Amino acid sequence: MKRDDLRLETLRADILIVGGGAAGCYAAISAARINPDLRILVVEKANVKRSGCLAGGVNAINAYIVEGHTEHEYLEYVRWDAEKIIRDDLVLSMAKRFNETTRDLERMGLVILKDESGNYVSRGKRNIKINGENIKPILASELERYDNICVINHVNVTDLLVDENGVCGAVGFSVNFEAAFVIAARATLVATGGAAGLYRPNNPGFSRHKMWYPPFNTGAGYAMGARIGAEMTSFEMRFVAQRCKDTIAPTGTIALGVGAPEVNVLGETYAFRYGHSTSGRAQGATAEALAGRGPCYLKTVGLSSEQEAELCRAYLNMSPAQTLKWFESGQTPSRCNVEIEGTEPYIVGGHTGSGYWIDTSRRTTLAGLYAAGDVAGGAPKKFVTGAMAEGAIAVETMIDDLASRSEIQSEDLVRVAREKTDEYLRRMTVHDSVYNVFDLEEAMQKTMDVYAGGISAKYRYNDNQLEIAQTRVAELTQMAAALSARDMDEMLRIYELIDRLTVCETVIAHLKARRETRWPGFGVNANYPEKNNEWEFFVNSRRRDGLVEIVTRPLTLGKDWYEHTN
Amino acid sequence: MSIRIDPKLCVGCGACIEACPGNLIKRGANGKAVLKRPEECWGCASCLKECRFKAASYFLGADIGGCGALMQIEKVGDVAHWIIRIAGRAPIDIPVDRRSANKY
Ligand SMILES: Cc1cc2nc3c(=O)[nH]c(=O)nc-3n(C[C@H](O)[C@H](O)[C@H](O)COP(=O)(O)OP(=O)(O)OC[C@H]3O[C@@H](n4cnc5c(N)ncnc54)[C@H](O)[C@@H]3O)c2cc1C
Ligand code: SF4
Ligand code: SF4
Repeated sequence: MKRDDLRLETLRADILIVGGGAAGCYAAISAARINPDLRILVVEKANVKRSGCLAGGVNAINAYIVEGHTEHEYLEYVRWDAEKIIRDDLVLSMAKRFNETTRDLERMGLVILKDESGNYVSRGKRNIKINGENIKPILASELERYDNICVINHVNVTDLLVDENGVCGAVGFSVNFEAAFVIAARATLVATGGAAGLYRPNNPGFSRHKMWYPPFNTGAGYAMGARIGAEMTSFEMRFVAQRCKDTIAPTGTIALGVGAPEVNVLGETYAFRYGHSTSGRAQGATAEALAGRGPCYLKTVGLSSEQEAELCRAYLNMSPAQTLKWFESGQTPSRCNVEIEGTEPYIVGGHTGSGYWIDTSRRTTLAGLYAAGDVAGGAPKKFVTGAMAEGAIAVETMIDDLASRSEIQSEDLVRVAREKTDEYLRRMTVHDSVYNVFDLEEAMQKTMDVYAGGISAKYRYNDNQLEIAQTRVAELTQMAAALSARDMDEMLRIYELIDRLTVCETVIAHLKARRETRWPGFGVNANYPEKNNEWEFFVNSRRRDGLVEIVTRPLTLGKDWYEHTN
Repeated sequence: MSIRIDPKLCVGCGACIEACPGNLIKRGANGKAVLKRPEECWGCASCLKECRFKAASYFLGADIGGCGALMQIEKVGDVAHWIIRIAGRAPIDIPVDRRSANKY
């Protein structure tokens, strides 16, 4: 392949949104509503119609303030669940918008269950019932209503571009044809979601991608920010979910929907031993198995046929493998209890707190760069509505900041992107690595699994193991730099691996830094297996001269505003 | 976990290629859709929902308990009929109306 074979496309925008998922789509819609003259560009690696977490559908609106409850109750719930490591300002500001975001979704066409008097039917204090199968196509068609939103599908962004004024755009490539995309932007929002596939997954063979979090959310947004020195928070607060065995389908539908309790193999309930927080629930099944009382189940035997039929329909709307499994095996939930297991650890700022360290207005620590959704840290339990709310808050800030943001000149743009576009080309022309991308991915997942607290290590790790993981991840990163691509599909896989390796490096540094065990269901630091109240602060990191430097930040208890200072 | 595309039924319309969140489905030399690496499928069913020609079907990997059953979607207005075919049994039809919310 020759230099001319990699076409160079340049694009310009006032507001660039990297990732068209829940946060990215709603950010674009919100920006277009505020100012119909802005040039808004959404760049998405797949197609906004079916991409990211929402691709297969969702079950419920998990973050909603049900009548008679308040945002402050939500804040206290999140604080309790995350063992205090949260940013009050971030949680409160998104919670204030849960309900208006929900109403907006309904206006766009989302079906929400209502009672006879037209009120939403709730499931507990924070949850309402919907048909979420087509939530993503609904958001995608809303984008089409605005003339000033341009969506570029099937372009994978790999890096942010930086000039003397901070972040000035992004660079990526088409996943279908030989073209690099260089984008100039006055303000850039990262909304690429979280990261799955860092660790060896539950089903490492043929069904390796049958995981809960989308295997195509590879932590690109974390990686591109980390590489240019953005501050990150709480990567040690991994998310381990408790899910249905094999299909890795959510369990909440059964547990909350039909009130099925968790039982061990002896038929005993055990949740009281570990607590009802997300971490406690993740801990239960693993701990019971270690104590010789596994496997564990959701006790569904005896459900009525109506309940069973409703469950089957609910799963088809969000996790169809589960319904197929029930029918295929004949072990339907009314006849057999549903076995559960813990997942591989994910990094996901919408469930736990890992991500960019942002101010209340969703500015990152780098000028011109903003973050929203699963990629943003400090505010666990965002779910769909919180991710969308953050997208809206971020673009409001971006629009305010635009006055002070200039646009990079064309010659400079091509110059700052040159290093990357040359790198893409080199991968397509030089073929001298003995490894392929899948070999290295397997090596990374094995290393993380064994030495950084994955499933086979029962989520436990210690300082020495983390050292080994760190060394191997550094070697794999070097080896990945030499990988070559025969086509754009391989190119995509290579950059997904590179992003995951960067996230792994950050995760390891954070796991090492927190010398206590705060969330035992998400991971146990075997050198420091207890919670220690002296560790009630944030562990943050930023890259300086190629090394991950740890910084700590105090909690912002009771504050509804936070600005970056240093 | 994966999907199978029947080349006899696929007309090469490209809808599934466009929709897959992992960019996993490509156009083969004959213009028809192919899933290059079946083991990379997430199982989100987006391709099934997009295919109007019943060419795509869904199956569970043997490693997660699959026994060879296939699942497809037939859309009739707002109702999606999820059809499960298990060898030696009559097809199972589970209709799901997109206008009605999940009860659980
Ligand atoms: C299986 C599942 C079920 C869920 N169910 C519920 C539920 O029932 N209720 C609820 O409230 N919440 C639910 N959630 C949580 C909710 O879906 C997420 O919190 C929310 O979608 C996060 O939004 P996001 O925009 O940050 O990420 P996403 O919606 O995942 O969007 C990220 C986007 O970025 C794109 N992208 C990634 N990398 C790049 C790149 N390098 N270049 C360009 N684009 C890129 C992705 O393709 C994707 O479109 C669920 C999550 C999952 C995974
Ligand atoms: S089920 Fe989803 S991930 Fe699998 S091929 Fe179809 S669209 Fe792609
Ligand atoms: S949507 Fe169906 S008919 Fe169209 S390309 Fe895909 S499999 Fe073939």
